[in-house]
Amino acid sequence: MATEAEGGSGFNIHPMDQFVIKPLFGGEHISWYTPTNATLWMGITILAIVALLVWGTRGRAIVPSRTQSVAEVIYGFVYKMVEDIAGKEGLKYFPYIFTVFIFILFANVLGLLPMSFTTTSHIAVTGTLAIAVFVSVTILGFVKNGVSFLSLFWISSAPLALRPILAIIEIISYFVRPVSHSIRLGGNMMAGHAVIKVFAGFAGALGLGAVAPIIAIMAVYGLESLVVVIQAYVFTILTCVYLNDALHPHH
Amino acid sequence: MASETHGAVTEHAQGMPQLDFSTFPNQIFWLVVSLVVVYLILQRVALPRIASVLADRSASIQRDLDKAEDYKRNAEAAEEAYNKALADARSEAQDIVNAARVDIQKDLDIAIAKADAEIAAKSAESEKAIADIRDSAMKSVKVVANAVAVDIVEAIMPSAGDAKAIKDAVAVRVKE
Repeated sequence: MATEAEGGSGFNIHPMDQFVIKPLFGGEHISWYTPTNATLWMGITILAIVALLVWGTRGRAIVPSRTQSVAEVIYGFVYKMVEDIAGKEGLKYFPYIFTVFIFILFANVLGLLPMSFTTTSHIAVTGTLAIAVFVSVTILGFVKNGVSFLSLFWISSAPLALRPILAIIEIISYFVRPVSHSIRLGGNMMAGHAVIKVFAGFAGALGLGAVAPIIAIMAVYGLESLVVVIQAYVFTILTCVYLNDALHPHH
Repeated sequence: MASETHGAVTEHAQGMPQLDFSTFPNQIFWLVVSLVVVYLILQRVALPRIASVLADRSASIQRDLDKAEDYKRNAEAAEEAYNKALADARSEAQDIVNAARVDIQKDLDIAIAKADAEIAAKSAESEKAIADIRDSAMKSVKVVANAVAVDIVEAIMPSAGDAKAIKDAVAVRVKE
């Protein structure tokens, strides 16, 4: 970047450029169907998922190959998470939760590749995911429990005088869920990538002697490798928690 | 990094591209498409396959464990049978030894009894033979005594040749 030397300044760091959505095949206007770099990377995400979970398990071996055992470990991990948190009834929704988990995980991990585009760093994507979870969990709660789903907000174990206040708090926190749910994931992805880009800018500005920024990039990259997996896990576990609330609203 | 050199489509990002609402419908559309595709692939192919593999594996492990349990039970039964056979063989051997000992004792008793009887018979016979010999010797003694007495009497006083008186006197003397 810095080598472009725009306007004589050595520091032309544009950490947010990597998040710009561009049409794949030129043109300026982005309408709802235009294939963009986001489309491309979602497609690559799908291909990676297919490679691991379909191509990797093609042997159906009793003694698994390496890729098959990775697929099995992920399957077992999510399955156990759903079972532990949402109970046996929650297992009916396991394919949905697994879809969310695997998509976020692969989108996050692929976003760590240099020059790639991180679909999950956009609030439009994480927000859609979070709202989808929120809406479906709320509908499910009412369908499964009817009006008694509202007892989620009426803490019967609290003293009677406190209950209305707690109910207001509970309702607010319930509606804040999709916000925190989506911003946690999108914000983490965006921040990490932006930090790496900033250090990359420093490295570019310092040229060959850029030891400190490169070490910093390595450190942040290592941290991001953790964050990427942990955020996918957190998003999924919170989905399970919300699902559990919908299935068992009575505390 | 390379992208910004194009410059034509996008200048450097103004603020956060995340808040450029004009791209939202596009992202949401493609996200929904991707999620549906992923869901269908998982639900139709990947998840049933992995689930069946896991079920097969746990079934085959269970089967192997059951088989191992069976083998163990068989081995234990075999060991028990072996021990039992060994004990049986031992007690049988003991029985055979005892029977043999009893047989031998019986044979021995019979043989001893027979030998005793033979010995008794032989000694009785011998006693009889000795008695005969003694009798005949006694008889011979009488005869010899008579003859000697007669000869002596004839030699000392030939007149007194009463053979019968001498015989009686000898018989009285021999008896004493």
